[in-house]
Amino acid sequence: MSIVDLAVQNLVSPMVLFFALGVTAALVRSDLSVPEAAAKFLALYLMLAIGFKGGTEVSKSGLDAAMGLTILAGIALSFAIPMIGYTLLRLTTRLGAVDAAAVSAHYGSISIVTFVAATEIVRGLGLTFEGYLIAVAAVMETPAIVAALLLARRAAPREAGSQGESMGALLREVGTNGSIVILVGAFFIGWATGERGMDMIAPFIVDPFRGILCLFLLDMGLVAGRGLRQGGRELSPALIAFGIYFPLVSAALAAAFAAMLGLSVGGAALFITLAASASYIAVPAAMRLALPEANPAIYLTLSLGVTFPFNLALGIPLYAAVAARIAG
Amino acid sequence: MEMHSKKRIEILLEAPAQKRLTDLLDRLDVNGYTVLPVIGGKGHHGVWSREGLPSAAGTMVSVSVIASEERLDEVLRPVFELVRRHIGIVTVSDVMVIRGDRF
Repeated sequence: MSIVDLAVQNLVSPMVLFFALGVTAALVRSDLSVPEAAAKFLALYLMLAIGFKGGTEVSKSGLDAAMGLTILAGIALSFAIPMIGYTLLRLTTRLGAVDAAAVSAHYGSISIVTFVAATEIVRGLGLTFEGYLIAVAAVMETPAIVAALLLARRAAPREAGSQGESMGALLREVGTNGSIVILVGAFFIGWATGERGMDMIAPFIVDPFRGILCLFLLDMGLVAGRGLRQGGRELSPALIAFGIYFPLVSAALAAAFAAMLGLSVGGAALFITLAASASYIAVPAAMRLALPEANPAIYLTLSLGVTFPFNLALGIPLYAAVAARIAG
Repeated sequence: MEMHSKKRIEILLEAPAQKRLTDLLDRLDVNGYTVLPVIGGKGHHGVWSREGLPSAAGTMVSVSVIASEERLDEVLRPVFELVRRHIGIVTVSDVMVIRGDRF
């Protein structure tokens, strides 16, 4: 399948169309909304399901050196991407040091929902992937936050100086974030219980998965549309451009790692997607604690309103096509 | 009915910092506080709403504390020091309570 066919097929998938419906509803000021508690439940469900499935896969394939190396590569990427992003933001936009550091943390970290959407596309292509990529996703959440904090503290020590708490205390707060705990916890439960566990809860985590993902993406579309309507003015053309080209920079880096790691085509597509995605659940909350002076309207709108739709509609098919070239 | 004059400190704060604030109030040994979710509102950056948000970022909570006038400064100073860097509003108002010995 050519990259154009792949992109077209993806654009008319229920996932992308529900996201587009959400954005449209927000832009026309419809009263369509998903209650906050329901949105949190949907996110919990998706993380539990994806974590459990990944753990089950690892229980089947067993541990190998490739898993350890891929985890190390993920950590290295999550730490390096904010450094590159920060430099580009400072060179190409008017963002101050603290805002640039906060934005770069989002891009170094990962979006688990982008990853989930990519797994659906990879499965749709008839490909399989290494289950341990869920563990890679989990470890890629936090190094970016540390990198951004170091960048901000070096460039603007007075603004980025913490309120007396150490980096360790902050990392404990971030590391015990509910989204990471459920993802990692479900992964280990899936690993421990294997196929027997999967058989027991498959009617809950496999069959309704796509429908629930569509509902969550509808909500993400509503939030993104609302963010664009209200926070769009915070984004300069240079920032919007960053939200589109920077995932490609991260993807190129990850593609080089994926080729060296010898990942499968599906695995490489997901690894590239992880690097190219930008967080909008765990990192925004962490940034409110670590760098409260940074403007949330900038990083939330850029991550959820620009980069997420780009990755969902065009990025993931592109990463899958690149993966087919390097790993096929 | 006998009423007692007290001060009510209301802190409207971004939700990710809620635990830091309530931990501080615990350390200050206040007699109690109430946390309420806030549905939405309008501030410096325009209209906001908690609807649909999967992350605590972007949502707000309201924390209220009732204290005696003598303890007001002792509580208000560290609270404001914490809230100063975050998105939030601190207000103090006069209230009347019935069970004065509770605060």
